[in-house]
Amino acid sequence: MTDVDLSIDLAGVALPNPVMTASGCAAAGRELDQFFDVAELGAVVTKSIMRDPRSGRPTPRMAETPSGMLNSIGLQGPGIDSFLANDLPWLTQRGARTVVSIAGSAVGEYAELARRVGASAGVSAIEVNISCPNVENRGLVFACDPAQASTVVAAVRREVPTEIPVFAKLSPDVTDIVAIADSVMSAGATGLSMINTLLGIAIDPDTLRPVLGGVTGGLSGPAVRPVALRCVWQVHAAMPDVPIIGIGGIRTGFDALEFLLAGATAVQVGTVIFHDPSAPIRVVSELATELADRGFKSPAEVVGFAHRSGDAE
Amino acid sequence: MTVTHPVAAGAQSGPLQVPAEVVSLGPAGDYLLLTLSAPGIAERTGPGQFAALAVGGPQSSMLLRRSFSIYRADPDADTLEIVFAVHRKGTAWLAELRPGDPVDVVGPLGRPFELPDQPVACMLVGGGYGTAPLFSLAQRLHDRGCAVHLVLGATTEPRLFGVAEAERVADTVTVTTEDGSTGVRGRVTDVLPDLVTRTHAGRFYACGPMGMLRAVAAAAADHAIGSQCAVEEAMACGVGVCMTCVLPVIGDDGRTRMTRSCVDGPVFAGDRVRWDAVGTLPPDTVGAPTGGGQ
Repeated sequence: MTDVDLSIDLAGVALPNPVMTASGCAAAGRELDQFFDVAELGAVVTKSIMRDPRSGRPTPRMAETPSGMLNSIGLQGPGIDSFLANDLPWLTQRGARTVVSIAGSAVGEYAELARRVGASAGVSAIEVNISCPNVENRGLVFACDPAQASTVVAAVRREVPTEIPVFAKLSPDVTDIVAIADSVMSAGATGLSMINTLLGIAIDPDTLRPVLGGVTGGLSGPAVRPVALRCVWQVHAAMPDVPIIGIGGIRTGFDALEFLLAGATAVQVGTVIFHDPSAPIRVVSELATELADRGFKSPAEVVGFAHRSGDAE
Repeated sequence: MTVTHPVAAGAQSGPLQVPAEVVSLGPAGDYLLLTLSAPGIAERTGPGQFAALAVGGPQSSMLLRRSFSIYRADPDADTLEIVFAVHRKGTAWLAELRPGDPVDVVGPLGRPFELPDQPVACMLVGGGYGTAPLFSLAQRLHDRGCAVHLVLGATTEPRLFGVAEAERVADTVTVTTEDGSTGVRGRVTDVLPDLVTRTHAGRFYACGPMGMLRAVAAAAADHAIGSQCAVEEAMACGVGVCMTCVLPVIGDDGRTRMTRSCVDGPVFAGDRVRWDAVGTLPPDTVGAPTGGGQ
């Protein structure tokens, strides 16, 4: 169809294209493999893995909002033992490239997860979900404090072989995302994933109480895309050499292209999977078309292109 | 009792995502009956499975699919039929569809009702349009030599679905309405004890609101017979990736887990669901918080 070569180099990892699933929106790939070949994606990013099995929160766990949704799943999952025994081998055998998302409630838990994931075969990269409360520090969210964020990232980096890149996933719910980005990069992150969900609330029209069992939830979907793009833009402007994975409401190939133009090297498709389980693979082909239509030969050519007009803030 | 899943031998399994087309849309009592041409899905569909419809068109601001149990699946015509009521804007959009309109459909999803290997009298209980999947189930049970006793309940007569059809597919039909506008005044569960005794039912099947399922499961337990209950949990994706449609279910190992109703249900054995705890997180759930929150 086109002579676009979608392959990319993401912090030393060769991927056939820049499109991945977003953590928490694709489980560990198996369910989506019923709709398309997950090995044809750039990578599958797993739902965040924790050390122990975790029940998550009570229901209701989601609320639809305009062009988005709120969720308060609470990181339900089987724990690292089950993940390493069942899910990672399946992804590897399937031929998929796997980015393992890890989450913890204390620095030591992140370090232990990093050590075990880093020692496993078939891991292309680790994404550190730092949007979790730190039980050792008054429940403060790691991602919202530069010092805590860097402590986690440094602990993870120490445990992971140097050839495996470590991406820190940042929360947009901060005053200065560039300061957080700078802090986790100084702590040894290879790159950044932006953005995690924004904290929100929805109220039920019948009960007149919060819809979600967890009261607050994370907002995702196309509604957050301009916020995500702004975060990628600001960080790329400040640190043009840092590899960025752009995440936030990507629905079409052009949405993916927007993130590349703002400075992302790769992208993740998340909430839109719930609307269209084939969305990730559709975005791959639409991105090729969007690039070809504009005369580009590869994703790398457009990374940060929007900054070149000289109109950065 | 041993059981088998009713997907025909050799039939394709697993869901498809297809661009479906509206064949017809019309009223059925207080409900709407939507017939879709959905290539390939009907031949894979068993009773109790559901379909997830995208609403609002390709650029919709409504991201979450709406899931409906499949009323009829016709492999020859390649059509699916669903029954729905207008609640909010998603179903309001569906109610405005016209023949020929496109609808993105994923299905069939979830586990179907398990069928008994031996002929046994079955009591099928439905509340409101929750009766929809019971008619194809009744047919399958009949094909296996099972006597079928249908119990349909609703708050009032127009909220019943499928009474005329019930007469064709079931050996006996009992109707209840809470206002007494037709049939027995009361709830479906009021008539169950007497019906079980008269019909010698050896198995319950149920689909409807959570409160009704809970009562049916309790009645089944009282009579020491098995029940298969199809739940109607709110779902975001319908395909198993979002983890929103969970409820506390007891596994083979006796432990409770927050279990996805989309892929591990919607049909559950009635004695496995912690009905009293739906909407909460029982403290003995695998992975429940021990101190800090989640």
